[in-house]
Amino acid sequence: MPRDALGVLSEIKRSFITKQLKEGKRGDGRGLLDFREATITTNYVPRAAGSAMVKLGRTRVLAGVKIESGEPFPDTPNSGVLTTNVELLPMAFPTFEAGPPNETSIEIARVVDRGIRESKMIDTQKLVIEPGKKVWIVFVDINIMDFDGNLIDACTLAAVSALRSAFIPASKEGGKDMPLPVDQIPVSVTMVKIGDELVCDPDLEEEQLGSARVTVTTTEDGHIRAMQKGDTGNFTLEEIKKAIKISSDTGATLRKKYFS
Amino acid sequence: MGSESNIKLLDESGMRLDGRTPEQLRPIKIETNLLERADGSAYIEWGGNKIMVAVYGPREAYPKHTQDIEKAVVKARYNMAAFSVDERKRPGPDRRSVEISKVISEALSSAIMVEQFPRAQIDVFIEVMQADAGTRIAGLTAASVAVASAGIPMRDMVVGCTAGKVEGKVVLDLSKEEDNFGQADLPIAVLSKSKKIVLIQMDGDLSLEEFDQASEMIMKATDNIAEIQRNALTSRYSVENIGDGE
Repeated sequence: MPRDALGVLSEIKRSFITKQLKEGKRGDGRGLLDFREATITTNYVPRAAGSAMVKLGRTRVLAGVKIESGEPFPDTPNSGVLTTNVELLPMAFPTFEAGPPNETSIEIARVVDRGIRESKMIDTQKLVIEPGKKVWIVFVDINIMDFDGNLIDACTLAAVSALRSAFIPASKEGGKDMPLPVDQIPVSVTMVKIGDELVCDPDLEEEQLGSARVTVTTTEDGHIRAMQKGDTGNFTLEEIKKAIKISSDTGATLRKKYFS
Repeated sequence: MGSESNIKLLDESGMRLDGRTPEQLRPIKIETNLLERADGSAYIEWGGNKIMVAVYGPREAYPKHTQDIEKAVVKARYNMAAFSVDERKRPGPDRRSVEISKVISEALSSAIMVEQFPRAQIDVFIEVMQADAGTRIAGLTAASVAVASAGIPMRDMVVGCTAGKVEGKVVLDLSKEEDNFGQADLPIAVLSKSKKIVLIQMDGDLSLEEFDQASEMIMKATDNIAEIQRNALTSRYSVENIGDGE
């Protein structure tokens, strides 16, 4: 995905992968719409209010939640605040560099954030301590530790898992610690277009080969909550509709598998 | 999306606050080649949006590590003026504008024949002077005209529109109030002839049926907007207007 991070994919490999896809096969034996196996370890960092280490194939990300009291935004005095940040750690890929967020990490964070926000996973109205003055601010920080494609879905899985395990440290404000109130479970499904095929959960090589990328985040009711197209290729409207259908079907499977 | 409000966005007959029907666009005006220094430029008024776009290049990509030996790199910079919105916006790029710049750059790259200019960059400066919802799409629609006016070879023009949901109804081209208090926002940009989608984003809550309805509305509207783009270019560059010493 981060174009600047790409190594060169040899022509031989390129044509091999493309040929295989035409036969419905992928390098690691998956079908075109299959996700890699995800391992989710919640409470990986007990010091955090909530956390989750997610391995999606060989992509590895760690999400940590911190919840602190603070001032609400002036235009939403009666709701808490959610902020999402993604760090592409230099350990994750040879060309990742330390420094301020770049457009790749900002895009990932904002797509993950939109899915969580628009699904109403967190009821921000319940995060008010003193109306107009003091609210809970939920910081979701996601560290990319190993990069083998599809960071958006790995990060959404990690952020959602971490939030579901999170506690509000209300004892610091004279109350009692309580679980963060969460409701809907947003699941994002990212696909790349290689030739004319849509391929779910692309690994790095598939991402490099894809002409365009699309992410669709859905909730249990099958409604779309967030969408993002990336890269310089294009989709037909039919392909987008197909992607939405795939996302809501695959999302239901993943939701059942990892969140029930 | 989804802030609470007491404003009624649709009346009993389904008319909108500004008197539009659900499928009606706001007035759109595009002019081209207004700037002296830029290689190409365009200005768009779309409802209350006032956006100027300047194009420089193709020119050598700098810094050099950003060069692509196979094609030109499109670097769009979407920027909102501090005074363009109700509450003063702190000048300079924020996370929102970085994301918008990225998706606009990618959308334009789909249309521009970037392979003709290896190691070059094409700068597209999008300056939102006044914002009134739908700025990324208005900016991109104008940017496409500006790139064409710079004489940069393109496969097709990029044209876009938004649709969304207010009070449970799908409507075209959200106004500011509808954007603030509506339930969904769906910007789409396409290549104007092939209708291939080069930009799509969504936030809010749409069912599959609502998505179908919204995307059809947008596709239809892009024909009309593409016509405005074409007129802007032909009225400036058609043979009878060349050499009129403007």
